[in-house]
Amino acid sequence: MKSFTVHKGVAAPMDRANVDTDLIIPKQFLKSIKRSGFGPNLFDELRYLDEGQPGQDCSGRPLNPDFALNQPRYAGASVLLARENFGCGSSREHAPWALDDYGFRCVIAPSFADIFFNNCFKNGILPIALDADTVERLFQAMYAQEGFALEIDLPAQVIRTPAGEDIAFEVESFRKHCLVNGLDDIGLTLESAGAIRDFEAAHRQRAPWLFDRIR
Amino acid sequence: MAGQTLYDKLWQQHVVETRDDGTALLYIDRHLIHEVTSPQAFEGLRLAGRKPWRLDANLAVPDHNVPTDSAERAGGVEAIADPVSQLQVRTLDDNCADFNIVEFAINDRRQGIVHVVGPEQGATLPGMTVVCGDSHTSTHGALGALAHGIGTSEVEHVLATQCLITRKMKNMLVRIDGQLQRGVTAKDVVLAVIGRIGTAGGTGYAIEFAGEVVRDMSMEGRMTMCNMSIEAGARAGMVAVDDTTLDYVRGRAYAPADDQWEQAVAAWRELHSDADARFDRVVELRGEDIAPQVTWGTSPEMVLPVDALLPQPDSLASASACESARRAFEYMGLEPGTAITDIRPDRVFIGSCTNSRIEDLREAAAVVRGKRVAASIKQALVVPGSGEVKAQAEAEGLDRVFIDAGMEWREPGCSMCLAMNADKLGAGEHCASTSNRNFEGRQGFGGRTHLVSPAMAAAAAVAGHFVDVRNWQEETQ
Ligand code: SF4
Repeated sequence: MKSFTVHKGVAAPMDRANVDTDLIIPKQFLKSIKRSGFGPNLFDELRYLDEGQPGQDCSGRPLNPDFALNQPRYAGASVLLARENFGCGSSREHAPWALDDYGFRCVIAPSFADIFFNNCFKNGILPIALDADTVERLFQAMYAQEGFALEIDLPAQVIRTPAGEDIAFEVESFRKHCLVNGLDDIGLTLESAGAIRDFEAAHRQRAPWLFDRIR
Repeated sequence: MAGQTLYDKLWQQHVVETRDDGTALLYIDRHLIHEVTSPQAFEGLRLAGRKPWRLDANLAVPDHNVPTDSAERAGGVEAIADPVSQLQVRTLDDNCADFNIVEFAINDRRQGIVHVVGPEQGATLPGMTVVCGDSHTSTHGALGALAHGIGTSEVEHVLATQCLITRKMKNMLVRIDGQLQRGVTAKDVVLAVIGRIGTAGGTGYAIEFAGEVVRDMSMEGRMTMCNMSIEAGARAGMVAVDDTTLDYVRGRAYAPADDQWEQAVAAWRELHSDADARFDRVVELRGEDIAPQVTWGTSPEMVLPVDALLPQPDSLASASACESARRAFEYMGLEPGTAITDIRPDRVFIGSCTNSRIEDLREAAAVVRGKRVAASIKQALVVPGSGEVKAQAEAEGLDRVFIDAGMEWREPGCSMCLAMNADKLGAGEHCASTSNRNFEGRQGFGGRTHLVSPAMAAAAAVAGHFVDVRNWQEETQ
């Protein structure tokens, strides 16, 4: 997994509440058996005026000029500012894959849906929950200034604004550790293989019907 | 010390170890697999040279992409017309063969929507931890299990380690006492709960559904409720084990038998919250107060009783609710103040992991029996949740009831719930749907979904507009 330490990038808005994973990446693109290539279809229904098909070359599709990511001022954005309950809906990991493939490294919102939040960490994306007022201030500052960029310092747990303000944020220590070091969860868990085997043996004693029935 | 909740007990029984920061390694008893969220996980295993930790914990079934049209279905995987769908289903077959995982392939009688198949086969049982790369895994909590959706990286993690790195959720109790009115079902109850707490109301919680209404509910009804916990923001929903649970589980293919059955039942009898258990949040509803529900917007919380008028956006509590409502009205092509009963669906969909079990089909059939679908309805699809449900429905003659009414009787799968196969809404079309999500484009690009119970969907099919099923008998006599 990609590591995340300090990242500075242009911020772009996704200015609506309850953005669901169908909106982040519509279902027709879930048919892919790969992990990459979802970037051109991120926010597909908002971004283009026609209906996207999997495997299609998106370069010739009609763009929705009103959609923020299509505006030149947000070109190359890598920090997404969003509203409450971002990423609700399905468990599809294609949502963070699409954000990542597009180039987003960090999403800032007042709140996130649980599964999406979790999926971000598995893919080197940092989701940051800040109180709604602070998010609102960032939105206003972003709208007021073209090229508005934020520096996200994960080791120090602060966001630095162009005005020189430091905004502290929370992150669970284990998740931070994995993200900063780009660690693979599975490798880490397998270090506990002995404990898992011991648990399994006791569990089998307690509840033998949970084992050996589906074969 | 306060007693434990059902969730506390299930959690405690599965913790392998706890880390300093509060995350835990949780042991997973059952891992269900479908074709959409697993290919990249199997690929990850292969790349790392890893093998599944425990084969007998896994069960796979293709459901999202399978065609439901009998002719297309008859040819098996090779006959799936959409090449991208075909490749995804084939990839699941290949991965299961390579890794030796049991799969109910496309035309196996046991095939169906993964959340219908698990309980039906006894593959998901009380007291288990159950995960699947699908958010509606919450369904299995109805059996008194801890069940929730996971992402694809976690699918790979569970395959490789039989564990999940996770953190304990908070406890929420949703208690519905009293009695439901005639014609009001589990679907209406859960929609009313979502209407009350909102789609983020359950975020960070595991919900336990309890109270007289839930006690009186069948397992099918409990599954419908737990299924939609995720629409209330909660990853997991659950119901305590009682005789209804045990009666349902007994005799299922993978359920314990003989001596093990008695031993299991003794353990399962403990799977309820203690009388003095503490919940972080309690929500209470009265069964009598719940009317049949219809969603009108693009989020499951935009839901109203069938006898209501659509809201005036300005009257809503917050600026963001007002803005969301305006956007929803525009997308749905509806006007504030319209009576719900004046909304006219173009299509009707009875199916999905929320409402495609035998009881759902019986409810819908009871409403349409001897009647005809209205001329204005372009299509009314009935899609059973599994091959077993289909066979049972046919044995009871329900297929004839639907076909005689002018509805289409299909092969099992997810179908128009998310329109990954050929079953879709056209742009601008309204659909009375028994599924669980009314997001923009969910059932087809530009499609407009109204979530309802099977009886409500069936009644709308006959009447050509939404009607209050509480009056159905009188109305049609
Ligand atoms: S029926 Fe719908 S909600 Fe259920 S698993 Fe299939 S696509 Fe998901």
